[in-house]
Order: sequence, then structure tokens, then C-alpha cells
Amino acid sequence: MKFCCSLILALLSFNGFARGTGDMGVLIERATSSVQIIETTGNTSLAQVTGLGDLSHASIVYSRDERFAYVFGRDGGLSKVDILEAKLSARVLQSGNSIGGAISQDGRLVAVSNYKPGGVKVFDANTLDLVADIPAVYGDDQKLSKVIGLVDAPGQLFIFSLWDAGEIWVADMSVPASPAIKKFKNIGLNPYDALITGNGRYYIAGLFGEDGMALLDLWHLDKGVQRILPGYGKGEQKLPVYKMPHLEGWAVAGNHAFVPAVGHHEVIVIDMLNWQEAGRIKVQGQPIFVMARPDGRHVWVNFAIPNNDTIQIIDTQSLAIIKQLKPGKGVLHMEFEPRGEEVWLSVRDEDRVEIFDTQSFERKATIPAKKPSGIFFSARAHRIGL
Amino acid sequence: MKHSILFALSLLLSTVLQAEDTIAKSRQLELSNLLIQDCGSCHGLRMKGGLGPALLPSNLKGKSAEFITATILDGRPGTAMPGWRPLLSVAEARWMTEQLLDAKP
Repeated sequence: MKFCCSLILALLSFNGFARGTGDMGVLIERATSSVQIIETTGNTSLAQVTGLGDLSHASIVYSRDERFAYVFGRDGGLSKVDILEAKLSARVLQSGNSIGGAISQDGRLVAVSNYKPGGVKVFDANTLDLVADIPAVYGDDQKLSKVIGLVDAPGQLFIFSLWDAGEIWVADMSVPASPAIKKFKNIGLNPYDALITGNGRYYIAGLFGEDGMALLDLWHLDKGVQRILPGYGKGEQKLPVYKMPHLEGWAVAGNHAFVPAVGHHEVIVIDMLNWQEAGRIKVQGQPIFVMARPDGRHVWVNFAIPNNDTIQIIDTQSLAIIKQLKPGKGVLHMEFEPRGEEVWLSVRDEDRVEIFDTQSFERKATIPAKKPSGIFFSARAHRIGL
Repeated sequence: MKHSILFALSLLLSTVLQAEDTIAKSRQLELSNLLIQDCGSCHGLRMKGGLGPALLPSNLKGKSAEFITATILDGRPGTAMPGWRPLLSVAEARWMTEQLLDAKP
């Protein structure tokens, strides 16, 4: 009897909390306002959390304890999801239309980049109370610009780009309620997304309105923005861009960085020692995500419609395409497990997520999901810019 | 002569209209998915806008079906809107226009 009681007590105390979260993640079900909480040790789905609003183009950052996922929705919704308890902890509708977000270096602030009204809003990561509002005002007539490419950087910085204005802003959040903002103007036409290198030093915005990229060295802000790869598509007819490429997955291998060319069926290789073009790789469509396996040996590329059923894998030493996979229609996103032995792919139009072995390229598991898009593992909590 | 041109034109028109009527159900499902998921990438899954403008019927008021169809097929130069002609027939673009105007996506 006594044994029975203690067993029951032991069972009661062993509720869902008694596990770490380092092998967990969240995948977005973009059309049903829901996310699935998953784990990568057994490759299973653990729970679903619903009621998160319009999740087209949703993305996620994690709290530093890897317990909370901040979900940025299209409708301006900012949701804080407790992945241990599989429940919504807090939610605010902070704008009319948003595109992404970031968490500060100290983990205390969550920032959201908004299309409407254009700007960045900063929230207390704990309570989701508004801390600061940064309208993206530009030009003589004081218009508001859509904001993209928001990342965190060392020194308690948030950095973002203004799509309509062609500007990069650096916001120092040392005093959270009054951000100190440095503006860099004339960085190029229509920056569409941006990234920061893993060491937090270089911020690079891709340009939609012209060929080239804008580079900001955060160690030397006084040097201003430098234009790199000017005219990479020179003499080539630009193809229609059916989906904006993403720069979030900064693919770096050795001194080489791999980025998607806008409007061309090419991946561009940049030499990071001198920021010159070091090569181009012909691929089978317009690249969207160009992501390095964590060890940097391979780069995986997915594509815009109508070539979005195919993945190509590039060897970073030979720059050759060594493998082509056809996981299914509408491959939207890829997420490598932290040490890179497996990769998760969302196959939107076939309502499933596929897990592949990155050595053998064999399918390891399939997880059903409704119109899956972004996949975000908790290990992002400890990476600058993610 | 004039008559025969008119006749040819009306024949052409009716073929186009027929084509519209004959978009197979399976293709309609694909187009509907394209409209929500791919157009939705920029215009929002609920057509409330994003990088591209909102496309709800109230936003499209005053814009003719022809204008919308032409925009789908040939895009808007100087903006991020691409021309979808390589992927869609005229009849398919017209069908998608109807869906937008009827707020079906």
C-alpha cells in the first residue's frame, strides 16, 4: 500500500515538465493558426498549440532558457508559447501586419519588425508589455517604411532594414525605453531580407531593386555601409521572382559564404576575406534558402515555385551539386539538427515534414502537419541573429 | 470581309470563355492552393496584405477584372509583383481574378 502511494506520488510529480528542452523545436502550420511542438531525439511530435492567428511567413525566436518560443505572425500577433507545458503563455496583437522578430542579447527584450504601421516595436520578453516603439519614418514627407531583416547583435543592438526607404538602422537598446538609433541611408533599392554572421560582426542586406548587397561592419560603424557584389546579374535577363529569397540561414564554409541570387538560377559564392565574388553555382531554380549543414561541408538549397519540389545539395569544397532530392511539392523550409546529422524539411503542399539523414540522404521519418512552413529548433536560443 | 473578321473574333472569344469553363476541378484545387499559399506569401494567407497590398474585395474596388488578370499575368514593373504568365494560362488567371473578386480564397 505504502509502495503504491509513493509510486502514485512519483508518477504525479513526473509530469510533462521533467525533461530538458534542448532537443525540442516548433514547426509552424501556416494555414491553421497552429504550431506543433516536436523533439529530435525520437523524431516525434509532442503537442499542438492553436489560436496563434495568421501564420503566413511566421517565424520564431527562443528565450535563453529554451523554454519559451516567441511566434511572430503575419497579422501582427506576438505569441509566447511555453514548449514544456505546450500552452500559450501570453499574446499581444501589436500591429496590423508584421514580418519577423528578434530577441536581445540579454534575453530581456523581444523586437518585432512591422509592415503596417512600418517600424519596430520592442517588448518585455517576460510580460510582452511594450517597452519601446520605433516608427520607421523616412524622407521629406515623413512616410513610414516596411521593415525587414531584423536581427540582434552583440552590444544589446537590434539591426533592421527599411524596404521602402533603402536604409539600415542600428538601435542600441542599452536603455530599453529610449533606444539610441544610428541610421545608414542610401544603402540600395528595396532591401528584402538581411542576415548577420554567426560571430555577430557583419550585417548584410540583400537588395531586390538592384543587383548587389549592402554590408555593415558592426565593429566599425564609422566606416558606414559598403556595397558588395555590384551588378552580379549584369548582362543577364532577370527572371520573375515568384518568392522572395531568405537570408536567415547564412551559409558559411571556411572563408566562403553562399547566398541566393535574386532573379537568377544561381547561388553566389562570396569570399569573406575581401567580399568579392568567388564563384557561381548554376542551380535548377530560383534559390530561396541556402543553408549550410552545421559542419559547413554541404549547403542545402530549396527553390521558388515552380521548382519547389526539389532540393539540391552543394559540396562546399568542389562547388559541385552532389545530390538532388525530391521530398515533395512545396518544400518551404529546412532546419538542421544542432550537430547536423539530420535535417527537417517542411513539404507544404503535401502536408508533411520529412526528416533526412544528411550523410546517407535517406529519409528517416515523416511527421504529418497541416501546411507546414518554418521549422525552428530550440538550439537557436544560443545563436546570435537567430 | 468585315463579317468574317467579326465571326473569327467571336469564335476566338467563345473558345476563351469555354476554356474558362473547362478548368478541371483538380486544376481549380491547385489554383486555389496557389492563390492562398503562394500569392499569400506576399499578400497574406488571408489576403490582408504583406509585402504586397491587401487583395480583399474592398481593396480591389474600382479595379476591373481585366486589370487584375493582366497584373497576375504580367506583373507590375518596378514592384515585387512578378508576371505569372509562364505558369498560368489566360483562362486560369481570369479564374483566379474571379476568386479574388468573390473573396473565395
